[in-house]
Amino acid sequence: MHQSFLQYRGKRYLWIGLALCVVAVLAYGWHAPLSPPNGGTWLGYTLGTIGALLILWLTALGVRKRSYSSTLGTVQGWVSAHVYLGLALLIVATLHTGFQFGWNVHTLAYVLMVFVIGSGLFGVVMYLRFPEAMSSNRSGQTRAQMLQEIADLDQRALRIAANLPAPFAEAIGSNRDRTAVGGSALAILRATDASQVSLAGEDGVVRLQANPAQRAILDWLGRELARSTDAERTRRVDELVNLMAARRTLLRRIVQDARNVAWLQLWLYVHVPVTFALLGALVAHVVSVFLYW
Amino acid sequence: MPGVSDKLKIAIVGAGPGGLSSAARAAELGVSHVLLEQSPAHANTIQKYQKGKHVMAEPNVLPLRSPLDFQAGTREAILAEWERGLAKHSVNIRYGAEVVAISGQRPDFTLKLKNGEQLQAETVVFAIGMQGNPRRLGIPGEDLPCVQNTLDDPAEFTGETIVVVGAGDAAIENAVALAKQNTVYILNRSAEFARVKEGNLNLILKSIEEGKVGCFYNAACVSLTATPDGEKPYSLVLNTEQGEAVVPCNRIVARIGAIPPRKFVESCGIKFPSPDPAALPVLSERYESSVPGMYVIGALAGYPLIKQAMNQGYEVTETILGREVEPADEPLLAEKFSRLPYRKSVGQTLALMQQRIPLFTEVNALVFRELMLGSKVHTPAAGEAIFRKNDYTNSFYTIVDGSVEIELVAESGESRRIPLGTGQFFGEMSLLSGRRRSGTVYAGKDCVLIESPRRDILKLMNSDDSVRKVVDRLFIARAIQTGFAPGTPFAELEPVAARAELKRYRKGETLFAEGEEADRLLLIRSGSVSISRRVGEHEVVISYVAAGNYVGEMGLLGKTRRNATVRATVPTEVVSLDAEAFGELLQRNPGLRGEVESTMQKRFASNSRMQGSSESGDMISFLIKQGLGEATDLLLIDETLCVGCDNCETACAETHGGTSRLDRAAGPTFANVHVPTSCRHCEDPHCMRECPPDAIRRAPNGEVYIQDNCIGCGNCERNCPYGVIHMAYAPEPKPGLASWLLFGAGPGPGDVHAKGHVDGHAHGHAHDGKPKAPKKAVKCDMCKDQSGGPACVRACPTGAALRVSPEAFVEFISESAVER
Repeated sequence: MHQSFLQYRGKRYLWIGLALCVVAVLAYGWHAPLSPPNGGTWLGYTLGTIGALLILWLTALGVRKRSYSSTLGTVQGWVSAHVYLGLALLIVATLHTGFQFGWNVHTLAYVLMVFVIGSGLFGVVMYLRFPEAMSSNRSGQTRAQMLQEIADLDQRALRIAANLPAPFAEAIGSNRDRTAVGGSALAILRATDASQVSLAGEDGVVRLQANPAQRAILDWLGRELARSTDAERTRRVDELVNLMAARRTLLRRIVQDARNVAWLQLWLYVHVPVTFALLGALVAHVVSVFLYW
Repeated sequence: MPGVSDKLKIAIVGAGPGGLSSAARAAELGVSHVLLEQSPAHANTIQKYQKGKHVMAEPNVLPLRSPLDFQAGTREAILAEWERGLAKHSVNIRYGAEVVAISGQRPDFTLKLKNGEQLQAETVVFAIGMQGNPRRLGIPGEDLPCVQNTLDDPAEFTGETIVVVGAGDAAIENAVALAKQNTVYILNRSAEFARVKEGNLNLILKSIEEGKVGCFYNAACVSLTATPDGEKPYSLVLNTEQGEAVVPCNRIVARIGAIPPRKFVESCGIKFPSPDPAALPVLSERYESSVPGMYVIGALAGYPLIKQAMNQGYEVTETILGREVEPADEPLLAEKFSRLPYRKSVGQTLALMQQRIPLFTEVNALVFRELMLGSKVHTPAAGEAIFRKNDYTNSFYTIVDGSVEIELVAESGESRRIPLGTGQFFGEMSLLSGRRRSGTVYAGKDCVLIESPRRDILKLMNSDDSVRKVVDRLFIARAIQTGFAPGTPFAELEPVAARAELKRYRKGETLFAEGEEADRLLLIRSGSVSISRRVGEHEVVISYVAAGNYVGEMGLLGKTRRNATVRATVPTEVVSLDAEAFGELLQRNPGLRGEVESTMQKRFASNSRMQGSSESGDMISFLIKQGLGEATDLLLIDETLCVGCDNCETACAETHGGTSRLDRAAGPTFANVHVPTSCRHCEDPHCMRECPPDAIRRAPNGEVYIQDNCIGCGNCERNCPYGVIHMAYAPEPKPGLASWLLFGAGPGPGDVHAKGHVDGHAHGHAHDGKPKAPKKAVKCDMCKDQSGGPACVRACPTGAALRVSPEAFVEFISESAVER
């Protein structure tokens, strides 16, 4: 509809990033050092310096994002540059290594960097994929509104159940109290539904049973509806079925919403901490290079 | 104390701030007087404020002149202070004394009280405020103690059966609040709840549906009787659709509005200049009404602030006693006039101004004085720009001395300067339309100008027909000149202007319909319109036209039938030109035909593009419903890009003292366009109405913002139809980064203070237990004090947040229609 951060200013930073890569690759191909390519040649130092400065600048997005009155570009512009120059960093740093890897702090820094860039790339994909899905799943409601609507449905159902035999109130009440979705990050991502409900069985004994996606209570209500012979009772049970079906839909949307939000946020829990680990490793890498080379 | 039969010097009606002050001054001077208050306590309006409410003492610059003390403080402290003052001066106040009629003339007035008693007085002071008397049920039993017109604290009642009569906002709010712990019925005279806020409508319909509140539609009260032996102490008989119904109840809350005080005042012989509800009574410079010996002060006289009313109370008593009194505002005016090149007293300067400016000559001296108090006097250097084209200012200028030049730039780029001389005025276009300035104005040599705020001029136009007529006529002539005949001298346009008509349309009203005969061209002076066409079965909105533009030109260029329907999206005023008048303009300005044709062509192109996609038409309809019709700047969120990080809200809070003025998640969404709860900066802002200290202003770039002199009354919050203003406590100051990080002091960076919907209760007291400064209104100011534009847009990482103006908006929609 209008410009996303990837399209920002005619993809200006994409071209800058590409130019950087092309220059780096050409220089690498043209450069013929005495020793095999490594970080210690003049090109190695140059690429290393560019890479280290890029890492520092990329990290600075976190600062810029929180400098709310800053007029140093827009955050959107920064993000756009962050994405494209971050991807270019992968080329620059890889060439800097001269493809010399080993079990040492230098390769650790490189691996951490790859993790950060990879998680960032994953984030970009998430940012492109989920907003629209999230918006259409919410269909104009906020999560708080959906939760409130569920509470309202429960209240209406309880009032109807009050005019029916006791197991109905027990079923609706326990369904309200024992609805359990979400929890850990894994549960949210897998959309686990650990809900339970207390339902009266054929023998009249009330048992607690699993109720994923409101299936158990809807089945039970359906059975009660089929058995009802009294017109007034049928009307009430039918109303309960409607309310619980609406509840199921809402619950599904809430679970889906939590999942969407999780996908949009989870990668940051990798991206940011590993960035700090990378900074540590980078310092170790630079210091050790200058002390022990 | 004077006996009942003795004639009093002064009878004061209404013990609000003005009446109290007037009576206290009379008592201080030992003059016979009576202060008549119909309620059982003094200052009834302030008594009804919620407990502990902080009352402000605006305007700060005005000194207080009254025997009673008054300083900003809690409601309780102020009421107690006045009570002490009443006792100290032995004021003769009578509670529960409702005046029902006043007859006679100076010095023989007879005041008839509701209990049949009559009082004689030489003079009468009306200080009855604007609240009016609550409307009564008008049924047998309406005086029973179970009937109340107000509800202070809904929590006071539990387990009762309560009938709320009325279908307005107050009735709904009361009914829903009471329903928490009572059995509540709401009685609606009609079949639906019309004319209430949308939030309240949803609230009551939901409560009715859920059975929390019982509702009688199309019902009326018939009678009320006490039933000491019944299940409930009273029984209310209703006439409903199903016939007569009897409701046993404990209490009846009648929220059926108030009778404005004007009726009573007029029945005493006091004249008003026009039937407009906003009109103020005709008063002399000394607050004397059209009936000699009857004075009007306070809100009823047009002075809504407590301090103004108290000063007037003092002054009116002095005046009645024949003592010369210099108004309290004299030094303020003297200060204003100090830069003028005249050596004259305040009174003389005011008289000179009125004499020089024909527009104000007829205006009542008191009204003019008040206007000048709110106005600024400018003495700009020659050549200085007073305002520039496209500025969003909307004040009104009159020329006391010297001259100015208005520079108008035609679309062709050709610019012309029109001189205006002493006594003339300018700025009425933006004043009336709320839109940007249509030209730049430069000061001439030795120029003296009065700049009056929009609110004051509109008030004046409402109460003084002569002013309204002059401004309206000139507006039409200038609008025609700017729009169609920039080359024609002003005087030659007068006959055309005289043929033009000024028309007003309500929201949603049709200006003209597709297929009608096209015989007029309409210049939109304020408001905005939507243009729609029938496409197959439905009507599709294809465009939107803002104030300052014209519609209907097609008909006047030789096409005889309207090819589209034009409707007002908000209350709209247009100047209507018939074919003959337009023909005359065409003759005067041969280039005009070409200009109008090119506008038409552009419109055709855009219309056909929009018509191709019914989705974009639906989008326009959706956004018009969200206030686009009156917006000057609307924050939108593209939901295909928004990741829900709330950085926009955080940025808003961080750049505005910790309180976000925007609620991203709230608000409606249509086809991936989300309208968050955030200010639209309306062209005629609803919030600006009824702001007692006039704290809501519009900056030159269009931002509507709230100044620090906000008294926290909440009027703007109630008046905003989009729910974007909140009352909030100033948040705690943020600690330094180190003390937050190391010692956990206060809120950290990026911690938003009660996002969006600001909840005051939890923050009512600072940590030391002392009550904090009162809540004040907060709203979006479009970051007018920040460089780089709105922080919400600047802080959006993905580019989802954008702001659109109505001018750019149709383009934006049609572009996105093409993209899809």
